[in-house]
Amino acid sequence: MNIASILLWGFVATVALTTLMSIGHGAGLTRMSIPFLLGTILTPDRDRALVVGAAFHILNGWIFAFLYAAMLQSIGWTTWWLGAGIGLVHALFVLAAGMPLIPGFHPRMVSEYYGPAPNRRLQPPGFLALNYGSRTPAVTIAAHVIYGAIIGAFYTLAGP
Amino acid sequence: VTSPGGGAGTSSQSYAPIGGYAVIGDCRSAALVSTNGSIDWLCLPRFDSPSVFAAILDADRGGHFAVRPAGVAATTRRYIGDSNVLETTFTTSSGVLRLTDLMPVDSEAAKSRELWPDHEILRKVECVEGTIDVAVDFIPRFDYGRVAPAIDGRRDRIFYCEHRAGLLALSGDMPLAITGNGLAGTQQLAAGERRYLSLTYAHGMPAVEAPLGPNADRRIERSIAWWNEWASTCRYHGPYRNAVVRSALALKLLSYSPSGAIIAAPTTSLPEKIGGIRNWDYRYCWLRDASLTLRALCDLGFEVEADAFLSWLLHATHLTWPHVNMAYDIYGESHLPERELTYLSGYAGSRPVRIGNLAALQLQLDTYGELVEAAFVWLSCGGTLDRSSKGNLVELGRAVCSRWRAPDDGIWERRGGRRHHTHSKVMCWLALDRLLTLHDAGHLRVPVAQFGRERDALRAEIEARGYNEQLGSYVSVLDGNEVDASLLVLALHGYVDPRSPRMRSTCDRIRGHLGIDNLLYRYKEDDGLPPGEGAFGICGFWEVACRALQQERTTAVTQFESLLSYANDVGLFAEQIDPETGAALGNFPQGLTHVGLINAALSLEKSGQR
Repeated sequence: MNIASILLWGFVATVALTTLMSIGHGAGLTRMSIPFLLGTILTPDRDRALVVGAAFHILNGWIFAFLYAAMLQSIGWTTWWLGAGIGLVHALFVLAAGMPLIPGFHPRMVSEYYGPAPNRRLQPPGFLALNYGSRTPAVTIAAHVIYGAIIGAFYTLAGP
Repeated sequence: VTSPGGGAGTSSQSYAPIGGYAVIGDCRSAALVSTNGSIDWLCLPRFDSPSVFAAILDADRGGHFAVRPAGVAATTRRYIGDSNVLETTFTTSSGVLRLTDLMPVDSEAAKSRELWPDHEILRKVECVEGTIDVAVDFIPRFDYGRVAPAIDGRRDRIFYCEHRAGLLALSGDMPLAITGNGLAGTQQLAAGERRYLSLTYAHGMPAVEAPLGPNADRRIERSIAWWNEWASTCRYHGPYRNAVVRSALALKLLSYSPSGAIIAAPTTSLPEKIGGIRNWDYRYCWLRDASLTLRALCDLGFEVEADAFLSWLLHATHLTWPHVNMAYDIYGESHLPERELTYLSGYAGSRPVRIGNLAALQLQLDTYGELVEAAFVWLSCGGTLDRSSKGNLVELGRAVCSRWRAPDDGIWERRGGRRHHTHSKVMCWLALDRLLTLHDAGHLRVPVAQFGRERDALRAEIEARGYNEQLGSYVSVLDGNEVDASLLVLALHGYVDPRSPRMRSTCDRIRGHLGIDNLLYRYKEDDGLPPGEGAFGICGFWEVACRALQQERTTAVTQFESLLSYANDVGLFAEQIDPETGAALGNFPQGLTHVGLINAALSLEKSGQR
């Protein structure tokens, strides 16, 4: 694989994904903040969680860029829509299968079965993360499709 | 005295009174149990999900789950100790039967050690004296009575029925048979004999069966212990402790633990006038209740619940920020489309039955004040806020500055168009005043000059146009000549000295214009709907608190004790009270009424200490 290309375009794609999600957050389309969800795994301090989570998120973005690159490499060619397609599958997996699992490992998130003890922890995202707003799936899918499209468009395949 | 019957009654019988119900729950959903042992209302998996039993809204189609003596019985009920475990005792000519109903609860640590169902309703029936025939009638109807599911009885004494992702499983150690409607069975019990019925619900997962017998007894004991321990932390030890603790327990049942939200009531469309059209869905969270609810929780010592509720208020409502809607669902969704279920006959013929609530789209400027005041109360109790929450509060202040001059729909959600409501202006004033106080105390930074200027402009406007010199009273709308009970809140939030001439005369005017016995109507103006609603529960408690603040303690105590007499046999209040009969009206139990009771009791206690 072309490591330099992965690091560069993985970073750019992660920045684009984060920006799009943040715009969705700021515009009131969703309450989902991936850096916040990741950061609160490590710290209960809301302000610190955003910073730690952002770093964690970029690292994740790079890790996933390796997976995307491995898929493109195995297919043997790359283009923006192929990357976008991988991003779409990725987003659907995250929403449908990943999100409902988070309460199981996140130390500061409750599940839908929580109670009657009072909750001062994170709300569960629920199926398709709909608990964070009805437009959360659309924002998440759009962000991941852009992420994949950037990698698909700009990643340079390693030679044989 | 109750007689055999299905749920709320059949079409030829009258419905059980609204106040004839008691509530059980697990802080994610709640069920109403009638005096004749019938669960006539239950939504799963959460408060605002479609119903599984809705006989309270249509005795024939709604579905119910009844356990009762086969003959005529006299009934007494109580909650066991300071718990939400309900005990109904039936006395018949042949014996005495005790029915225990609960949705089992326990600590998260205990629940993590064994597999618990998503939701369970556990019913234990025990013959205490003589012999008695116990009849069970189980008629599930999914989706607000629309779906009559097939019942699968292939396994011994466990029956299943499902609809979409939801699966109900009823297990019991009584003989039950599948009928055309559901399940039914009768068994004779002698003194000392007991039986169990466990109804569990699974959503999108395999069912978890809950064991019966001694294990069920342990779940009952642990649930009672959990509730008693929770209630024991209540800091109020005054003369009305029983009523205050019961109100706190009711309020707790209305909280949705996974998010921290507190709903207004667990029911929809219980009528404000029997046979009328004032039937609304209250299974959502009203921001107008925020500050008084938070004050009640903080003052009683339930800081964790207060923290969770404030966190929900400041973050779950983010989707519409910095504008805030009047109501949200338990996860902060503000789109609550209203629909009429035309196929349901409604409680005692009170149609339409509505789900969703269009009022959520109304503009209520008082909600800004409610949110800021809630945060203020929290900080005054020693709580803390993170940076983003503080930023949210400042944004609210900016929104107030830009919006307060607009008319709004007002606290009572009248659907007749927007007006300049005095109460809303006062709550806008309160938002800015509290933000400036928090700024001075170093909690956050606000644009002092702008907020101060707008706050002063608000007060000038309210005092000039919200007070009618001829009437000698604050009035409902600017330049108006009518009063409504929300004006009592002006004193409770500290906008005006309760003992000032203006506030005293306003209280007197409200009593004279809206009072009936010791109750208060919320308003008397035409609201565009057919007249006939009852007196408003919380308004009476607001008046008690006002009188207590005005050092009219004797009057306040008399009125408070009179209001307490309108609670039902297990201490619960609906939204409204029929002044003629004392009957409960509207959705039930109503959190805001219980918040009013708690705050009035606390005001009385404080006034007695002065």
